[in-house]
Amino acid sequence: MKENICAISTALGVGAISIIRCSGPNVIEIVNKVFDSKDLTKVKSHTINYGHIVNNGEVIDEVLVSIMKAPKTFTKEDIVEINSHGGISTTNKILEILIINGMRLADRGEFSKRAYLNGRIDLVEAEGINDLILAETEAQRKYAINRTLGNLSKLIIDNRKILVGLQAKLEVNFDYPEEADNIEMTHKLVLDDLMIIKDNLKKLLSSSKDGKIIREGIDVAILGRPNVGKSSILNHLLDEEKAIVTNVAGTTRDIVEGVISLSGIKLNLIDTAGIRETDDIVEKIGVDKSLDISKKADLIIYVFNNNEKITSEEIELLKQMENVKKLVLINKSDLESNIDLSSISEYPVVFGNTVSKDGLDELKNKIIEMFNLDEIGSKNFNLLSNARQIALITSSLNSIEEAIKSVEEEVPLEMIATDIKEAYDLLGEIIGATYKDELLDELFANFCLGK
Amino acid sequence: MKYDIIVVGGGHAGCEAAASSAKQGLKTALITSNKSNIADMPCNPSIGGTAKGIVVREIDALGGLMGKIADISHLQIKMLNSGKGPAVKSLRAQGDKVTYPKNMVKELESIETLDIIEAMVEDLIVENNEIKGVVTLTGEKYYCKALILTTGTYLKSKILIGDTSKQEGPHGEVSSKHLSDKLASLGFEIQRLKTGTPQRLDPNTIDYSKLIEENGDLIPLTFSFDNEASYDVNNQRKCYLVYTNANTHQIIRDNLTRSAMYGGYAEGIGPRYCPSIEDKVVRFSDKERHQLFLEPESDFYPDLYLQGFSTSMPIDIQEEMVHSLVGLENAKILKYAYAIEYDAINPLQMYPSLESKLIKNLYTAGQINGTSGYEEAAGQGLIAGINAGLKLKGKDPLILKRNESYIGVLIDDLVTKGTQEPYRLLTSRAEYRLILRHDNADLRLRKYGYQTGLISEKQMQRLREKEQNIASLTKELKNIKIHPKEINTEIKEALQIEELSSGMNLYELLKRPQIKISFLKEYLKNEYTEEIFEIVEIAIKYEGYIAKTNREVEKMLKLESKKIPKDINYAKVKNLASEARQKLEAIRPETIAQATRISGVNPTDISILTIYLKKEYGKEEIHD
Repeated sequence: MKENICAISTALGVGAISIIRCSGPNVIEIVNKVFDSKDLTKVKSHTINYGHIVNNGEVIDEVLVSIMKAPKTFTKEDIVEINSHGGISTTNKILEILIINGMRLADRGEFSKRAYLNGRIDLVEAEGINDLILAETEAQRKYAINRTLGNLSKLIIDNRKILVGLQAKLEVNFDYPEEADNIEMTHKLVLDDLMIIKDNLKKLLSSSKDGKIIREGIDVAILGRPNVGKSSILNHLLDEEKAIVTNVAGTTRDIVEGVISLSGIKLNLIDTAGIRETDDIVEKIGVDKSLDISKKADLIIYVFNNNEKITSEEIELLKQMENVKKLVLINKSDLESNIDLSSISEYPVVFGNTVSKDGLDELKNKIIEMFNLDEIGSKNFNLLSNARQIALITSSLNSIEEAIKSVEEEVPLEMIATDIKEAYDLLGEIIGATYKDELLDELFANFCLGK
Repeated sequence: MKYDIIVVGGGHAGCEAAASSAKQGLKTALITSNKSNIADMPCNPSIGGTAKGIVVREIDALGGLMGKIADISHLQIKMLNSGKGPAVKSLRAQGDKVTYPKNMVKELESIETLDIIEAMVEDLIVENNEIKGVVTLTGEKYYCKALILTTGTYLKSKILIGDTSKQEGPHGEVSSKHLSDKLASLGFEIQRLKTGTPQRLDPNTIDYSKLIEENGDLIPLTFSFDNEASYDVNNQRKCYLVYTNANTHQIIRDNLTRSAMYGGYAEGIGPRYCPSIEDKVVRFSDKERHQLFLEPESDFYPDLYLQGFSTSMPIDIQEEMVHSLVGLENAKILKYAYAIEYDAINPLQMYPSLESKLIKNLYTAGQINGTSGYEEAAGQGLIAGINAGLKLKGKDPLILKRNESYIGVLIDDLVTKGTQEPYRLLTSRAEYRLILRHDNADLRLRKYGYQTGLISEKQMQRLREKEQNIASLTKELKNIKIHPKEINTEIKEALQIEELSSGMNLYELLKRPQIKISFLKEYLKNEYTEEIFEIVEIAIKYEGYIAKTNREVEKMLKLESKKIPKDINYAKVKNLASEARQKLEAIRPETIAQATRISGVNPTDISILTIYLKKEYGKEEIHD
């Protein structure tokens, strides 16, 4: 029995409309349950229907619903597409309602996979990824790869070339040991090449991270004791920047208070409960949750009051948040300072006043600086990467780093050649040059969500 | 006459094929055009070399002859890559071209169920696409249940020296004129290949003072797991290093059009891995010199072999070329270099068992399959002999996997990728070479030799003892802990400033890059041979890398277990790239793993094929 699946087909975020696509045997009935105007089960196939999505009597959004009945659809199953008014909150809400009513969130690429498995491959010919599957010739295949991956593909190919060159130099030594005129590959020579690759992959990874920032924005958690002005800061930011959304109880984030745009990049502002030692169980749960959220954030703004001393616990807490960028905001800058700045010298510090709104611009500029947002926002993004690619490049980098470690320990070169081959194969997987059993799943999984 | 198995050809493939067939108790005939050329080494005197030395050990592990005979028939032996890691070490011997064949013939004659017949085979008896026997030049018929063709370079062979050519095999032997036509008429695709051999020089005309000596190793070495070294390490023949120079290169460039290969007199494709000197000079024009070796061929005749100088130039140019070399200014050429062209079949038309896909019970091995090298030939001959025997006994063939042996890599490459040039094994062809080492060939393969009856109970017993010793030493290393106070000076020096945490076991200690197993001997309770120490040291020191290789192996075996149905119709698999479809149709891989190795079949084609198999043949529901 096939499940009914749904997903947001358009880029999540700031757009004029969002499309939620549903596919499966009962999708029309399910959508009908939350649609307020006509009976969708009775409309003709391939029609667009105006109405509202309602939930417990509350109108969620004004929508256009396309009904496409099997088999003449993308997946050869019944398909419903809901055009809503964009925005994270509305779109997520509709998705949530559909799931509550019996649909399942589609896996990445699941629509394409169904289309493929149901024999509708010809319908997706236009897509780069499917060009890849359908490519009849090497030239076509290369073209498809380039289209799908753009400059990334070229970068990968270049790095693979270096790796293959290194491999070749090693292999000649292994297989023709008596040809004294070939360059004898020493650990030093191998290291030189490996360092170049390491550098290249690191750069690639950081640009991939930029890609993630562009798509998903920066999660910012505002931390501090109760009543240091966290909420004021949040509200000021939201007011000034005309918050895109407020008070979202999102499905993906815990408590997104609001989203603002800074240099074209989204900042997802997350409210947290005040941090303090407490015996109150309910409050303790709140504190723990705040800490948990902060650990997963991209940036923590830690707020102190100028006239209160920083405790050693707070210093410790900041240190614990290892992989998160941190910024300290000292509020009530007009009051007498009791803060020992040397204890927080490793973090950028901004002085502000939530009453006069002083320091707000400096705070924003600091964030722009910390994440290099001006540059990211203006960059031509050919390298936009997905999780699969990032994971593969990371693994490849790991292999290179293992190789470097082994070179330093003077492990025999044929062992190190294994790492080099591994790095080469992993990079090959990104551009489809290495076969992997799970390739199909991976390929489809990373063909953008809901497509 | 009627035999179970007939082997046509007495080269290295033929000898192994005949012996392995006969040793399975099957009545076997080896038919050769000239008895005195059995196990001949018409080209290089060396046996072994990188990758190839490991093949010789594998042949020995499986119960073949090459290693055993080489051990008692060489002039020099050494371990190549001894300064590198364990996985690329390989033995190479300079065989004596007189003693080796003599010892091989003696060995073959000692096998009761084997007859050696002198005759030229020119035709095959085939009924309903099944082999029934052979017909000789004189019209005699020999019948058999299975036939193994190991004809080497003798199919329509043509010797080329400059613009002259002769229709003959090595040593002026008669070549087979009709057999390849017969094969073509049966549907075999015939390809023309080329190889070459350099000059032989008179040792009394060389100025050795200008050459660099190359000696054998001073540690006794053997290919065979059963032999003790039987030669005097201090009394090995020398080889010499010679270099080409600008003058040599100029002579070659000035006369390129007179070379058979460059003058357009040859049609065969030569090996990239063993190029002629004119190839080297043309293709690597920036190289100022090329390295050559002068190697003894035998204790029983004078010729020195000028390795690396193979050419198809006419003889007057060859004189000039040789005399341009420092130390060889006055060298007398005893035999001129020549190129040889011959017919080979397309190995894509064989099963991994080496049986032909076209004619039942017909096997092929060696150069006829497109390979080059004595060792590659011997390895195939052995497998063809074993599999022809197993087939007649109604058993499954022995198909060695890529993670089990170089021979497996060789055969899989041949039947999966085919070859357009003479194929030579290289360590780089073996993706799992870290576990395909010379030191563990018996641990990998002896069991198969035992199963087929080529390895005796006694030999097997020796292997079991070896395995026990390995286990015992490993256990000792794990159980014995040493305290900082107890460490000996060798360990102390190796570790330098590093302090030992108290009570570290020897196993962990050995993992440190600076520590050698020899440092640890004094802490052990039992004694072990150097062989055991070496194997255990490799296993422990490179545990991480070996584990990594094993993970790769597992992935491959998973795909290997996905069988492709024999009746699959590739025309029905929609969306396959056309090149992939053609290749799959032609090769008809037996497993998905094999399919992934076909060049021109891309990952996406494999995905499409996998989905098709799931849909058409899979029992489970395709989706959800």
